Amino acid sequence: MPSPLKVEVKDVTKTYHIGDISFQALAGVSFSIAEGEFVAIMGPSGSGKSTLMHILGCLDTPSTGTYTLDGKSVGSLSDDELADIRREKVGFVFQAFNLLPRTTVMRNVMLPLVYAGVPAEERAVRAVDALKDAGFDESHFEHKSNQLSGGQIQRVAIARALVNNPTMILADEPTGNLDTKTGEIVLRTFQKLNREHGRTIILITHEAEVAAHADRIIRVKDGLIQDDSRSHAVHKVTHL
Amino acid sequence: MKTVDVLEETYVALSANKIRSGLTILGIVIGIASVIAMLSIGNGAKQSIQGNIESLGSNLLTILPGVLQPGRGIVSSGRGAAETLKIEDAVAIAELPGVAALSPELSRRFQIVSSTGNNTNTTVIGSASAYATVHNLNIAEGSFISDENVRGLGRQAVLGATVAKDLFADTDAIGKTIRINGGSYRVIGVLASKGGFGFSGPDGVVFVPITTMQKILTGSDSYSTIAVQVTNKDQMKDLQQNITDILMTRHRVLEADFSVISQEDILGTLSSVITTFTLFLAAIASISLVVGGIGIMNMMLTTVTERTKEIGLRKAVGAKQDDIRIQFLVEAVMLTLLGGIIGTGIGWLVSFGVTASGILQTSVSLSSVLLACGVSAGIGIVFGYYPAARAARLSPIDALRYE
Ligand SMILES: Nc1ncnc2c1ncn2[C@@H]1O[C@H](COP(=O)(O)OP(=O)(O)O)[C@@H](O)[C@H]1O
Ligand SMILES: [Mg+2]
Repeated sequence: MPSPLKVEVKDVTKTYHIGDISFQALAGVSFSIAEGEFVAIMGPSGSGKSTLMHILGCLDTPSTGTYTLDGKSVGSLSDDELADIRREKVGFVFQAFNLLPRTTVMRNVMLPLVYAGVPAEERAVRAVDALKDAGFDESHFEHKSNQLSGGQIQRVAIARALVNNPTMILADEPTGNLDTKTGEIVLRTFQKLNREHGRTIILITHEAEVAAHADRIIRVKDGLIQDDSRSHAVHKVTHL
Repeated sequence: MKTVDVLEETYVALSANKIRSGLTILGIVIGIASVIAMLSIGNGAKQSIQGNIESLGSNLLTILPGVLQPGRGIVSSGRGAAETLKIEDAVAIAELPGVAALSPELSRRFQIVSSTGNNTNTTVIGSASAYATVHNLNIAEGSFISDENVRGLGRQAVLGATVAKDLFADTDAIGKTIRINGGSYRVIGVLASKGGFGFSGPDGVVFVPITTMQKILTGSDSYSTIAVQVTNKDQMKDLQQNITDILMTRHRVLEADFSVISQEDILGTLSSVITTFTLFLAAIASISLVVGGIGIMNMMLTTVTERTKEIGLRKAVGAKQDDIRIQFLVEAVMLTLLGGIIGTGIGWLVSFGVTASGILQTSVSLSSVLLACGVSAGIGIVFGYYPAARAARLSPIDALRYE
């Protein structure tokens, strides 16, 4: 049963210029991701993972190469056009600074809907649904972001990434700031969203144990893809 | 992004930093408060002077010998000026249509000594009986100079309220004697006080019959002023022209050697002087608005820097440049508008205090309130624009990577 291709990356490079020096963070990567996949992009620090995620998430555009999302080429769009795509198709979970400070859980989750122009009543309903899907404790909905633990913060961030029904969820080192136990809970949440809700998830990490939660691992080094493997069996043995 | 959402974001952001927001708008508060107070006090002064001038006589044309130089404003004339206004001029003017009453006047300063030994140096005005009507004088006690006094070169005097007080303190002045330039004069009347700024007001003046003034006190056969009361305000302009024509013919001159001034001219000149002065003061006060605006800009730039990551996050979840720009612009405008409203309140209190203390009747006009609100919102837009544009232009990756 072939699933429709959601993400198609072809010969993408990214070169940063700092003054006269230019640095190639991505040296030509190609891969595609289908709907409903749970993919980990793994590689050592500085290998270009975040750069890749920025391009996948339309926070940035490739220097050369093409990137097609939902059949639409995201070549050299303007700032505002990229914002439109992010709002409609991408949900982000970052490593740090994930929530608005001193702001309630509900307001944080509703933030993308504010920019999407969703009516206020509908926002609350959708935020509650997303928070439940992310496994966030209902009694804490009105807590402020600075009253939450690291694990709770990441669940809120996941709920916020879900709330606008994106094509994919991009998580950049989401467990980087968490202890192993809490990190495990967050990763299980991603797994559950993928398996039970059919969400497409792209997880970026430098840790093999974290990447092992995904069904497919794309290994990156020095801006190049080294290996692209499905680790179904490994995964099932380890965690079921 | 909907307006309610923008306002809610603004409220959240500003209330998160209450003390800083409060301190930042202080410059705007002070600026707006002083502008409002200045404008209301200037307006009060203008109205007070208008009232004063109108109380000096309504529908009044004043004819002075000599020409008033433009730019020198209204100068007291007569003394030292050409002695061109004669009795025949007065007679000729009196026959013009539209003249309700005519008051020939000659004034000069003299040393005056009372029978009780007090003395004062003040203006003595030789006047006819018409003076009281033309200049709206109210007699507190006794009577004003009569036609009979004038015909008989009488040695009578009428005292202004302040002069009466200076010379006779609280005792009754009627019937007492004063000495002007060595001659004795019997006090036949005391005027009611007119108050006000005392500028050319009658409180500090002594009146004697015009003939006595000319023949005995000065030896002059001319007038320092001829005041004409016009029957109807509409005739003012025509009469002004007619008087000018007739006097030019009579004096056989091509350029007027006299001036015919209407009350409107005086009001106009004074009002424009006061308006200029008020605007000058308001302009000085508004310097603090500029300083306040710079303070706002400074705070907004700090805020944008502090919230770089937040801006990155907002962009990541789909905020467009305009969403960010509007959010920060509204924040700046809210600050300045709040400052403007508080400043208006304080300015109004100052104006109210001035009125309550009895110095001046002031009022804060709706237009100055609207101006203050408009100006403060404008300051928010001008000084908030750059920080907001900077926030809007931040690249989301740089913002998220910002440490
Ligand atoms: N905005 C940028 N400007 C310049 N260099 C950058 C920028 N972002 C990343 N890099 C560089 O590109 C390389 C890859 O970075 P990144 O994609 O963040 O790697 P990873 O996330 O795998 O650690 C690094 O050497 C980093 O210094
Ligand atoms: Mg990284």
